[in-house]
Amino acid sequence: MDRLLPRHHHGLSRRPSLTIESHRSEHRTEQRAADMTLHLAVALEGTGWHPASWREPEARPTALFSADYWAGLVQEAERGLVDLVTFEDTFAVQSSRPFEPDDRTDQVRGRLDATLVAARVAPLTRHIGLVPTAVATHTEPFHFSKAVATLDYASRGRAGVRVRVSSRADEFALVGPHRPSPDLGTDDTRAELFAEAADWVEVIRRLWDSWEDDAEIRDAATGRFVDRDKLHYIDFAGPRFSVRGPSITPRPPQGQPLVAALAHREVAFELVGSSCDLGFVTPGSAADVAGIRAQIPGSPLVFGDVVVFLADTASEARERKARMDAHLGRELVSDAHVFVGTPVELADLVQEWHAAGLAGVRLRPGSVDHDLPQVTRGLVPELQRRGAFRTAYEADTLRGLLGLPRPTNRYAAV
Amino acid sequence: MPRKQIHLAAHFPGVNNTTVWSDPASGSHIDFSSFQHFAETAERARFDFLFLAEGLRLREQGGEIYDLDVMGRPDTFTILAALAAVTDRLGLAGTINSTFNEPYEVARQFASLDHLSAGRAAWNVVTSWDAFTGENFRRGGFLPQEKRYSRAKEFLAAAFTLFDSWAPDAGIVADKETGEFWRPTGEFSIHTDQFAIDGRFPVPRSPQGRPVILQAGDSEEGREFAASGADAIFTRHGTLEAGQAFYADVKGRLAKYGRDPEDLKILPAATFVLGDTDAEAQERARHVRYQQVSPATAIKFLEQLWNRDLSDHDPDGPLPTVDPVVGENTISRGRASVRMYKDPIATANEWRALAEAKQLSTREVIIEVTGRQNFIGTPQRIAEALDEFVQADASDGFVLVPHVTPGGLDEFADTVVPLLQERGVFRTEYEGTTLREHLGLKPAPTTSGADF
Repeated sequence: MDRLLPRHHHGLSRRPSLTIESHRSEHRTEQRAADMTLHLAVALEGTGWHPASWREPEARPTALFSADYWAGLVQEAERGLVDLVTFEDTFAVQSSRPFEPDDRTDQVRGRLDATLVAARVAPLTRHIGLVPTAVATHTEPFHFSKAVATLDYASRGRAGVRVRVSSRADEFALVGPHRPSPDLGTDDTRAELFAEAADWVEVIRRLWDSWEDDAEIRDAATGRFVDRDKLHYIDFAGPRFSVRGPSITPRPPQGQPLVAALAHREVAFELVGSSCDLGFVTPGSAADVAGIRAQIPGSPLVFGDVVVFLADTASEARERKARMDAHLGRELVSDAHVFVGTPVELADLVQEWHAAGLAGVRLRPGSVDHDLPQVTRGLVPELQRRGAFRTAYEADTLRGLLGLPRPTNRYAAV
Repeated sequence: MPRKQIHLAAHFPGVNNTTVWSDPASGSHIDFSSFQHFAETAERARFDFLFLAEGLRLREQGGEIYDLDVMGRPDTFTILAALAAVTDRLGLAGTINSTFNEPYEVARQFASLDHLSAGRAAWNVVTSWDAFTGENFRRGGFLPQEKRYSRAKEFLAAAFTLFDSWAPDAGIVADKETGEFWRPTGEFSIHTDQFAIDGRFPVPRSPQGRPVILQAGDSEEGREFAASGADAIFTRHGTLEAGQAFYADVKGRLAKYGRDPEDLKILPAATFVLGDTDAEAQERARHVRYQQVSPATAIKFLEQLWNRDLSDHDPDGPLPTVDPVVGENTISRGRASVRMYKDPIATANEWRALAEAKQLSTREVIIEVTGRQNFIGTPQRIAEALDEFVQADASDGFVLVPHVTPGGLDEFADTVVPLLQERGVFRTEYEGTTLREHLGLKPAPTTSGADF
């Protein structure tokens, strides 16, 4: 793992911003204000992203099913002025295997519904974006559209949704009997599942726009509460579902809450480009960024995912990770780059990736009760010292934090 | 014998003409601040729970979206989870239908809500009736009438199996020394007429074990369904006599399911209008009725019975001389009440007789026949009437339906609740932490099966 680390001396790591700027000049193809700003996201998953993190001294595995646990983590992230947190979710019980359940007893199993966790936290936070995971292939887009809209109301404009597909046969067995599990793991199936996810996003987006912002008129003279000409049927028809609309929930504060997806390969890059405002990608190093970026059509924001194990010294960070690996019985394998080191060293990597063309990073804390405070109290002050990260929240909505405008309504008369 | 304790629930104003949006005090029907205000009032007044209704498609009349009533609702689970953050003891009840949902997903959501609210979740189980609403759902579609209740029963039984799939205190071990996180549990296999699902339930048993189960429905089937396993039943029986008859009937059905009378609470919906004097309250009530039934609303109600376009009819003139169109009601969609008109011509003739006798205009007839104002008077009079109703075994309490969002409960909380507390029939502090405890219910059974 060490070979992947940027191993700069502290003094050298404080690069003059000029270097960053000259890097940036190579990526001027998409100009917008958001490009200049470094964004930070934190991905929340159980006690952390290392499967043995629950055994760490600071870990609170028995608190995973309480509201206070999640509220405390998100408030910590907000203290660090992080743009957004994502909440992982799966439809079925977690598994270490991609296409089927496992019988492991030594890892965190069981979880609460991510959207409800996000909603529970919303009134207790003020600025940070809240992005729960939705499994598009097993849920009703009509229900999810109003759920995310409601999260947007409850958070006053800070909601998003990270869409994913299910690739596990046992998840198909949880609903039905209508739907047999497809032949999972094949390219055709993957394409079909992602096409369904794209349809799902299209429906939730149309439903968000199905009420124009000024549809509510309260016109006492005619007795009309709404102007029905400003409510719209969405009339979506696809192979998996048809939805008539309009939504039962008025257009949410952001107009269009943020839609995000994690992408490792072509069909997912397509989904990010065609359907999302934000994509999470998994470069192994800054050198991979341009190649990944080139595979994503359009111009969504793109963050790089990094699993982080942090400590005041690199050796302590390595010891921490080694202890978790020992409990796991092998070295951690992740889809994302695994970083082990100090917050200052991580700041180097973040700036390097940013300079390489990413709008930000999504950090996956190895052990959340240790590594999240390392991010908020170590990484963030370091980036601030370098003038590379905000020192106060500059907007009240998630779209605002990300430099995205409030979209006009697709149904509004021009 | 001690006086029965009253249970009170607060119905967030609905998307119908009971809710007055034209009042100067009427605020947003969707902003979180309105829900927060309403919930905080209910909790300040020590209510048992807050209640949210549901409707999954905007209503239509005459082929167009119905535009006269308050419209727009939040997602039920999401708003209740958010309200759990701004309240501490108040029960959080949501209406979730069994037609356009999956039992696994709903059980996961209710179990999550119960954890996130530390034991305050309640579920009002409803069935939807039409393909009209189903047009919004991938699994929607039409269910014949007889399948709706069987689906509801199978759905609820499946959810109970899932809630009970983790034994109390079983599952999570989280022993950092040995490395054992859990002893795998939550396995289920449910195969019924309408469901075939297998797997593991991902949520440990929640603080209440199961959400409190509410049921609304007056039919024979509905009463039996409630008696067999619900924790509370909503009714519309506003008069003392009708309430007593319903109460005796439903409580009488419990024994055959091995349940005690106190295992099922009977809670009629109740509206109220307060005043410093009875005369002032009556005048306010009259004003509210005219707000609720605007001239345009009167015509729409008329069309629902007449089942035809009457948009040119004068609301201040007499009732139409033409008769209603008999047969399937096609004028109004997404509205349950039109099914109540079983014999439209007979009902129209009753309305005509009423108009003749009292010299009423069309609008005044609608105001008269659709009125559902139960309790009108001074706080003292209303407190007495509520208490009398409960002590006479016409109910165990009420679901109060204010007509203004979000402040419609404030006056009741400030004036009537203290009088009920003085009478010793309503709590002055929450004694328990869970909704089940507020309602005086026994702990939920830990094994499913017999209930439904």
